[in-house]
Amino acid sequence: MKYEPVIGLEIHIELNTKSKMFCSCSAEYFGADPNTHTCPVCLGLPGALPVANKVAIASAQKLGIALHCENLLSSKFDRKNYFYPDLAKGYQISQYQEPFSLKGYIEFDVNGETVKIDVTRAHMEEDTGKLAHAEVENKKVSLIDFNRSGVPLVEIVSEPQIHSSDVAKGYAQKLQQIARYLGISDCDMEKGSMRIEPNVSLRPAGSNDLPQYKVELKNINSFRFVQKAIEYEITRQTEILEKGETPALETRGWDEIKNKTFSQRAKEMAHDYRYFPEPDLPPYLFTKEYVAELKANMPELPDEKRARFIRDYQLSTYDCALLTTDIDLAAFFEDTVKAYPKGEPKRIANWIIGELLRRLNESQTPLSSLNLVPASLAELLLLTDEGKITTASAKEIFEKMITSGKNAQELIKEFGVEAITTDKLEEVVEMVIKQNDKVVAEYKAGKEQVFGYLIGQIQRQTQGKADPKTAADLLVKKIKK
Amino acid sequence: MKIDIAHVAKLANLKLTPKEEKDFEKQLSAILDYFKDLQKLNTEKVEPISNITGLQNVSREDEPKPSLSQEDALKNAPKIHNGFFEVDAIFQENE
Repeated sequence: MKYEPVIGLEIHIELNTKSKMFCSCSAEYFGADPNTHTCPVCLGLPGALPVANKVAIASAQKLGIALHCENLLSSKFDRKNYFYPDLAKGYQISQYQEPFSLKGYIEFDVNGETVKIDVTRAHMEEDTGKLAHAEVENKKVSLIDFNRSGVPLVEIVSEPQIHSSDVAKGYAQKLQQIARYLGISDCDMEKGSMRIEPNVSLRPAGSNDLPQYKVELKNINSFRFVQKAIEYEITRQTEILEKGETPALETRGWDEIKNKTFSQRAKEMAHDYRYFPEPDLPPYLFTKEYVAELKANMPELPDEKRARFIRDYQLSTYDCALLTTDIDLAAFFEDTVKAYPKGEPKRIANWIIGELLRRLNESQTPLSSLNLVPASLAELLLLTDEGKITTASAKEIFEKMITSGKNAQELIKEFGVEAITTDKLEEVVEMVIKQNDKVVAEYKAGKEQVFGYLIGQIQRQTQGKADPKTAADLLVKKIKK
Repeated sequence: MKIDIAHVAKLANLKLTPKEEKDFEKQLSAILDYFKDLQKLNTEKVEPISNITGLQNVSREDEPKPSLSQEDALKNAPKIHNGFFEVDAIFQENE
């Protein structure tokens, strides 16, 4: 039988506020000593009262707006009750009935096609502590660090409308891009500030029913592994179904060494959360004006920016999609166009996509971590225009700019790649003609393919510093004489 | 009203003796029966309410303030290890 995967994604995004969601402990816990960012509120001590973080609420609402959600004007927090060692209070403050945002969608391109996936809800909740598993005195134990406890999260839940790992990846990447544009989270999967939990099950192809079971995949720390884990599950579940059995309803992790998912059978936990309104947090009422103002103050989002780039710079959709991948890269492009007197967006786009973006992707570093300014690229292009360096050398210099952060003039001097002057080049051309009189004679006799050899000789004499076009022009002129 | 006391105890993370199960089952049933009486009241004109403080939109600025020291944070923990709270292993042995 043919099966169709039914996939829904639950994605947690950790907001980059300075303080936690319901207390004033620092939310910047990454790399800190365990249990040094805690207080009675986030340790769940009796009598401690939570007070919500203004910025975190606004961030969650902005994300809702960006996902085309209906932003609820009346919202409240609820308690989700369950016992787990990383949850000190025995309940998590979350949102059940009235989250900040409901019913939106994410639109993105997958293999050249536009896909639209509905978002069920985007609600706010607090993060839990972090568990580590260790052996202490020959006994297996779990160790808890509550630094992360109470850090603000937004959970974005999709409808189970995804039917391939490519679409799942596209959806998650678009969400990451939007959250980064909004500046509300760094969405770093490796650091855990973006966590993707796919729910995967299979149904007979052609059926519209939701399968009777689902497998939740957890603890996956890259887009690539999300894709691989989903692929693995599709194969695993197909095998089980083909035997006439039903896959178990369970949570599975991803083993990146063995390239397979594995059952994470946590100690039995009842999924009966008994949500009820959080009595310690009064409800929220927002006006339409407030929501409109939030929206008005949001930065231009990826789709809008891409549309504007296509319109304003007359570039292809493909180029514009690449240039707007990252908000910093898009700004770099626009600033370079401004800084370069001739403008020429297409030429600058080629440099940024072909040279800069390629290197950023290769080294997996964000543009913001480089010491590169748009004026440096503009200057480099100008020097090329003026014939001070060849295009080939300019590319080398640009690469060095990216790694060193030095400016064009400095690097040209340091590496001695100034293009040689036309006078000097004339001398070299004459010398090459003299030394290769036989070849020149062949050329004159009509054997045009030797021209390349002569140009090669010129480049050898000048260590590649001759502008290829000028050299060719001079060579033709001198041979004709 | 009949109550599944074993389920309630599990959700509340409580271990009850057979005698306690019997006693609490009776008591909780009585409480629920009392709510049945309350349900007889006509609440048609009463707005549902989820919070009785009368407050709304309470929030604070996003400004970090000092936290407890690690020592204070761990002070009341039954077991600690290298600055962490220690508990029994949470994952079962792999199959």
